[in-house]
Amino acid sequence: MATNKHILVALVEDKPGVLNRMASLFRRRSFNIESIAVGHSEMPHMSRMTFVVNGSATVVEQVRKQLDKVVETVKVSDITGDNVLTRELAFIKVKANSANRSEIIQIVDIFRANIVDVSPDSVIIEATGDEEKINSLFNLVRGFGIKEISRTGCIAMTRGGSGPLPVMKKPPKTQAKGLKKVTK
Amino acid sequence: MKMTGAQMVCESLVREGVEVIFGILGGAILPLYDVLPQYPRLRHILVRHEQGAAHAADGYARATGKVGVCFATSGPGATNLVTGIANAHLDSVPMVAITGQVARPFIGKDAFQEVDITGITLPITKHNYLITDAASIPAIMKEAFYLAGTGRPGPVLIDLPRDVQQETAEFNYPDKVNLPQYKPTLQGHPAQIKKAAKLIGESQRPLIIAGRGIIISKAYAELKGLVEKAQIPVVTTLLGTSCFPESHALSYGMIGMHGMAYANLAVDAADLIIAIGMRFDDRATAKVSGFAPHAQIIHIDIDPAEIGKNVRVDVPIVGDAKAVLGELNKLVDKTKHIDWVRKLDDWRKEHPSLLIRDGESLLPQYVVRQIYEATRGEAIIVTGVGQHQMWAAQHYWYDKPNTFISSGGLGTMGFGLPAAMGAKVGCPDSTVWCIDGDGSFQMTIQELGTIAQEKIAVKIAIIHNNYLGMVRQWQELFYGRRYVATPLSSPDFVKIAEAYGLPALRVERREEVAPAIQKAMAEPGAFLIDFIVEPEENVYPMVPPGAALAEVLEEPRKGAKAVKDSAKLPVSNI
Repeated sequence: MATNKHILVALVEDKPGVLNRMASLFRRRSFNIESIAVGHSEMPHMSRMTFVVNGSATVVEQVRKQLDKVVETVKVSDITGDNVLTRELAFIKVKANSANRSEIIQIVDIFRANIVDVSPDSVIIEATGDEEKINSLFNLVRGFGIKEISRTGCIAMTRGGSGPLPVMKKPPKTQAKGLKKVTK
Repeated sequence: MKMTGAQMVCESLVREGVEVIFGILGGAILPLYDVLPQYPRLRHILVRHEQGAAHAADGYARATGKVGVCFATSGPGATNLVTGIANAHLDSVPMVAITGQVARPFIGKDAFQEVDITGITLPITKHNYLITDAASIPAIMKEAFYLAGTGRPGPVLIDLPRDVQQETAEFNYPDKVNLPQYKPTLQGHPAQIKKAAKLIGESQRPLIIAGRGIIISKAYAELKGLVEKAQIPVVTTLLGTSCFPESHALSYGMIGMHGMAYANLAVDAADLIIAIGMRFDDRATAKVSGFAPHAQIIHIDIDPAEIGKNVRVDVPIVGDAKAVLGELNKLVDKTKHIDWVRKLDDWRKEHPSLLIRDGESLLPQYVVRQIYEATRGEAIIVTGVGQHQMWAAQHYWYDKPNTFISSGGLGTMGFGLPAAMGAKVGCPDSTVWCIDGDGSFQMTIQELGTIAQEKIAVKIAIIHNNYLGMVRQWQELFYGRRYVATPLSSPDFVKIAEAYGLPALRVERREEVAPAIQKAMAEPGAFLIDFIVEPEENVYPMVPPGAALAEVLEEPRKGAKAVKDSAKLPVSNI
């Protein structure tokens, strides 16, 4: 079955164990979660989680419905598609000395990234962007020698005024239009 | 009002209308047990193994429709509940399990009898809680019962550290739950219901597949209304058994691996399937790609995650069976499907699935039929798991709603005896028969002690064939008759029962069956009958693993060759 990258966004209550519940539903179907990002949402005591997973559309849709059933979940949406903004943040610690530091800074400037720490033998680059941008920056600086890299994983949001809840792009095939709001 | 955590739990149970708790105590739950006598309304039944507590709460919940409650201590007490919780989870049974936990300062330190039971039960509960302060007990208890019993029911576990049980706090029982995210959809979407009614109106060969959802939502009258108004034949899943009177002219019995041949043929030939409160389990559908090949499918279920999970669905309706059917019945036209019904009746004549061979030998099917005759179909039948379970589903006519209790999804051997115990405690005025196998019975045989101590009047019929019979049947049919690890010797069940102080009889011949059952029924208390049956009797009809429902095997002549060798079996869930 053809697998594709899916971005799922979940609005959940901020309580212990919620992430575990969500993650275990992916584990059950042997999904390798490419990334998870969790943080506060616009509502108090509510977090927004962004999952990036690889899977076939039908299986991802079934997992999405199961995630939706977790008691602390408000809503889970598959926002995969082109009307979506995605970003991640990365720290890249690169070997650097006085001879090549300026070359590194040039590359960093091209990518509109920042140098956030300088030491005699390394610099830390802070970069924001979609996955490809981070990957290409990484490819350009890897020649200097990478000491450490840390990435947040993707966060995502649909463009336009869709309000606080993530809105599904279109209802899945098996669900009728009118059932869009069905949660539990 | 100030009280201890332990008192709060009991007070909450009383407020939730709980009458009976099945459990075993231990160090970490001792403070809770210590206050139980202050609440005489709460009857505690001491079981012999925590698995029995969970199954008994399960049987109680299925028989009464109320939330079943069980208690266990921390560590091994809690892990012993796991099978019972998983069983309730797969069959959507409302249950609240309360486990003791080590005191808060010891959690996470591998303390004596400590286990991360909320972690362990995470995938097999509808929800679970680790309580960290006594003040939160009332709200959590309220939520737990609400979650367990509403929407698609399921088990909820509450883990209660010992020092929280002893902590004092203010008790305010909430009137409402605070679960803004949890909103089960009860009313079906009107446009979808309209579409369904239209499909039903256009269909020439409609068929209803009714599942346990009908029983959970008590949609008996609504189902009957739809069946009779539009003259649609009904088949059921295993757990849907007894949701529709089986002697009704439009009832065609159970579908699935051991369903009636004519029921399976009906699924195969139908042009419209109306699936209600069922989840297209692989034992019911057989090979999914060959399931209902000519049919459009309407799926009515309260759980949106079940829609489209196993089979493609043309008209999904998320909602409660009772509410959806009530609306659907208003829109459906009064019709008849004379040719279709006649076709099914012909199949029923051509493929009689419930014949019992004449002769000397004591056949298990005959035993089940005699229990039916003696109880006139009025009893609650609780089964273990195995061949006897299938015979009990097939050869008894379930006309009374909710009279068949069995472990479907998990297929838990050992479910029968403790679940029957729970059912009898919940329905003391009903006759409860536990039909069990010699293998299944021995997995929870110790609950005879509970039955004796608490004087629970369960009638027990052991279908004793000296094999793990269902597995032996598979070995016979698909593994070249290599009976590896299936021959099973048993103790003298009559003597075992007598050792527990329970009356018992052994039956080895046909003519003794009816009198023995009469004797058991006449006895006011529990009674055990050990039926020594034909050892190598098989369950038929049977859809071989990997085959479609229409490829159903009917009872062959004795000595027939194995159908297939295991090496040639297609990949399937076997």
